[in-house]
Amino acid sequence: MRYLPHTDEDVRQMLETIGVASLDDLFTEVPKDVQLDRPLDLPEALSETEVLRELRKLAAANATDDTHLSFLGGGAYNHFIPAVVDQLISRSEFYTAYTPYQPEISQGTLQAIFEYQTLITRLTGMEVSNASMYDGASACAEAVLMSVRATRRNKVLVASSLHPEYRETITTYCRYLDVELVEIPFTDDGRLDQTALGSLLDQGTAALVVGYPNFFGVIEELGALVEAAHQVGALLVSAVAEPVALGLLKSPGEYGADIVVGEGQSFGMPVSFGGPGVGFFAARQKIVRSMPGRLIGATKDSRGETGYVLTLATREQHIRREKATSNICSNQGLCALMATVYLCLIGKKGLRELAEHNLAKSEYAKQAIAALPGFEIPFSAPTFNEFVVEFEGDADALLEGLEQQNILAGIGLKKYYSEMTQRFLVCVTEQSTREQIDTLVAALKGAQR
Amino acid sequence: MSGVATQGLILKEKLIFEHSEPGRKGYSLPALDVPPEALPEELTRDDLGGFPEVSEVDVVRHFTRLSTWNYGVDSGFYPLGSCTMKYNPKINETVARLPGLTGCHPHTPERLSQGSLKLMYDLQGALAEVSGFDHVTLQPAAGAHGELAGLLMIRAWHEAQGNSRKKVLIPDTAHGTNPATAALCGYQVVPIASGGSGVLTAETVAEYMDKDVAALMVTNPNTLGLFESDIREICDIVHAGGGMVYCDGANLNALMGIARPGDMGIDVMHFNLHKTFSTPHGGGGPGAGPVGITRKLEPFLPKPVVVKDGESYRLDSDRPLTIGRMRSFHGNFGVLVRAWAYILTMGSGGLKRVSQMAVLNANYIRARLEGSYHLPQPHRSLHEVVFSDKNLGGDCHTIDVAKRLLDYGYHPPTIYFPLVVQGAIMIEPTETESREILDEFCDAMISIAREAKEQPELLHDAPVTTVLGRLDETAAARQPCLCFIPEQGNK
Repeated sequence: MRYLPHTDEDVRQMLETIGVASLDDLFTEVPKDVQLDRPLDLPEALSETEVLRELRKLAAANATDDTHLSFLGGGAYNHFIPAVVDQLISRSEFYTAYTPYQPEISQGTLQAIFEYQTLITRLTGMEVSNASMYDGASACAEAVLMSVRATRRNKVLVASSLHPEYRETITTYCRYLDVELVEIPFTDDGRLDQTALGSLLDQGTAALVVGYPNFFGVIEELGALVEAAHQVGALLVSAVAEPVALGLLKSPGEYGADIVVGEGQSFGMPVSFGGPGVGFFAARQKIVRSMPGRLIGATKDSRGETGYVLTLATREQHIRREKATSNICSNQGLCALMATVYLCLIGKKGLRELAEHNLAKSEYAKQAIAALPGFEIPFSAPTFNEFVVEFEGDADALLEGLEQQNILAGIGLKKYYSEMTQRFLVCVTEQSTREQIDTLVAALKGAQR
Repeated sequence: MSGVATQGLILKEKLIFEHSEPGRKGYSLPALDVPPEALPEELTRDDLGGFPEVSEVDVVRHFTRLSTWNYGVDSGFYPLGSCTMKYNPKINETVARLPGLTGCHPHTPERLSQGSLKLMYDLQGALAEVSGFDHVTLQPAAGAHGELAGLLMIRAWHEAQGNSRKKVLIPDTAHGTNPATAALCGYQVVPIASGGSGVLTAETVAEYMDKDVAALMVTNPNTLGLFESDIREICDIVHAGGGMVYCDGANLNALMGIARPGDMGIDVMHFNLHKTFSTPHGGGGPGAGPVGITRKLEPFLPKPVVVKDGESYRLDSDRPLTIGRMRSFHGNFGVLVRAWAYILTMGSGGLKRVSQMAVLNANYIRARLEGSYHLPQPHRSLHEVVFSDKNLGGDCHTIDVAKRLLDYGYHPPTIYFPLVVQGAIMIEPTETESREILDEFCDAMISIAREAKEQPELLHDAPVTTVLGRLDETAAARQPCLCFIPEQGNK
């Protein structure tokens, strides 16, 4: 076996040094009655070429944007990934390292994450960012728990236009905790219903959680929402599933948001069937000690040089055990590195330009679809790179029909909002050419009602 | 001085922000082929203040230099206990990058994502066979996330029976994630003292077990590297008292093909694919923390569940008793691909050989170091061995040994964990290291033990060969500086 260096002679000599007669004798503490008395029922070992063949076969059974014209978004986005990203994260000093517990030989990871934290604070307009969480949804659930800790209140208002899987994750995390979750509806224009909000916000409210943009691609009126939340002393948690939008949109921090979380997959990571991506998590300095997750800070070494270390660990499970701010141990280190490399490449001007391309392509598609008979755009509020389409007939049947033409036109919304049988969510990024958008529009036009 | 460390050219590197020059760019976009659009001005930001403007070359050189300040498994021996830092096979990286796998969108209809779904279904089956459980969910993103899913299922099961038990028993040798997870499930944590032998006895568990105990969380082999040999009896006691047994699967690398937690009576266990199944740790993630469960917990699995209908695969979301969703989409799929490639490569016999060689290596290190370091537990070790810093001499402590090891060219073991051992030095060599590497490492450890007595300043001043000297962690926590602020000049 090529990963196991032991020769028969090595094994013999090592057993002799240990002072046992056989490999079986190493397991004498495992009682016979719990030992497995048969080989594992798994296939026998494959050679490297056979493994490759097997995996290629699986890969070939999937649709991708090479095989289909895709307008799928809804929390995972198809953006261009510069070649540099994969080249750099393939440096095995990065990807075969562990969490940087020994800072003297982990400065590469530590400095990169310090840069990541800096980029995230600037992107979100916040003061502190942690070293990352599992994904946007779990980061959002952790933000809910943090808001409860920081305010010592237990009611959390969650926009029903927040990504449905983020909402489900929040519900899971709060399942057995003393947290009351209340959903806030949206209005006909696709934005949060501020009248309903006004009647639900009170002195017991820990936070309001809202998508920015929301699940329908709609840009919420964050300023008004922050003001309403702050009036009763509640925190505003802004969840960003598509962070490319922040290249163009006013940052949640600028509006006064208290916690900003989101999914960083758009920054240099493939859609990869939904993972791994990276959850980002940023907040105000004054509540940093309630934050979950790893934090990297600057310090000095014994020679007076600047270096970076894991810090404020007294919030964490390995020190505080059941009193920790979260049970999270790892971060998504390599994905955070991908986001860092990507954001450095795209830079100050590039993220803005990229966001403008997304907006322009999406608007082009939206206007063309709105002009088709049998189709309309139900939500009138401004959107970024996705929008909801309403069809005269059954949306799922329409989408299935388009699959036959190798077009993945969008996500049927019925599975998330049972009443939305005629609606679907279309995402158009910079990756779609005008010609491809025209193909989509022509296919929709030709679809049977 | 023995060891593999030597001098090399180490290049200085500033923060990327300090390379920034207005007008430089590191990206290219195609010309816009549709009319430009703008949002209302009140919705748009001014600019991305503080983002760098650098060329592609700047970025490549910056991160390449940073990488040289890191130490990975590919650099050398990494005996970090409880972390299973085995070799990360390169074919896994290649297959995980196949465009048909990376490019499949999570919202792709099931009929067009059969490759991904089949891989997940088959991986669930293989993990169930290795562990002896009836079902496996792949959704959790990491070990601690798997613990949360597992304990939520246990609680949901209790609630479904109308039991609202309040307590979870956790030995004092457990990982910190265990009590933190129990708290997140609304449970009160009751610590169990492991006692002198380091192993949990059936009598102790019986003493603690009562009608208010929802579950016992164990780690087997435990964090001292010892097999919990009363495990079957312990499970019987907990079950008889109406509770469930959760196993932290961090140390499964000792048991593949040898014994199966499901057969021992354990009800729930998480796997760390980034430990046992060779996926890279990535400097702290992404990992994956699938969870195996017995049949009676099946209704509570996180949704969706990957199922097979005839010859095709689908995601089942119609699960009324589910604990819900742990995250968005289907798990860290890219990590699952690597683990599946590993299982295919090793096969049934290979996985057993992995555990045998991991245990052989740990016991070899133990035999070679027993004379130089204090060994607090007499039992036979499995995949890892824990020494203490007792009797080191020269006012040297575990931290000094760890830092001195850096000068010899090794990543130190896990230190000061488990908490029950004074100055714990927890060594897990894994199976992918040869006898020669282990000998070199043991020679270094023995040499350091001698230095502690004869020239303790070598330990206190260590490390001297690294890019930076010992870092002041206290100062970092007292005055947190968590991002670059130009005026302060971090560097």
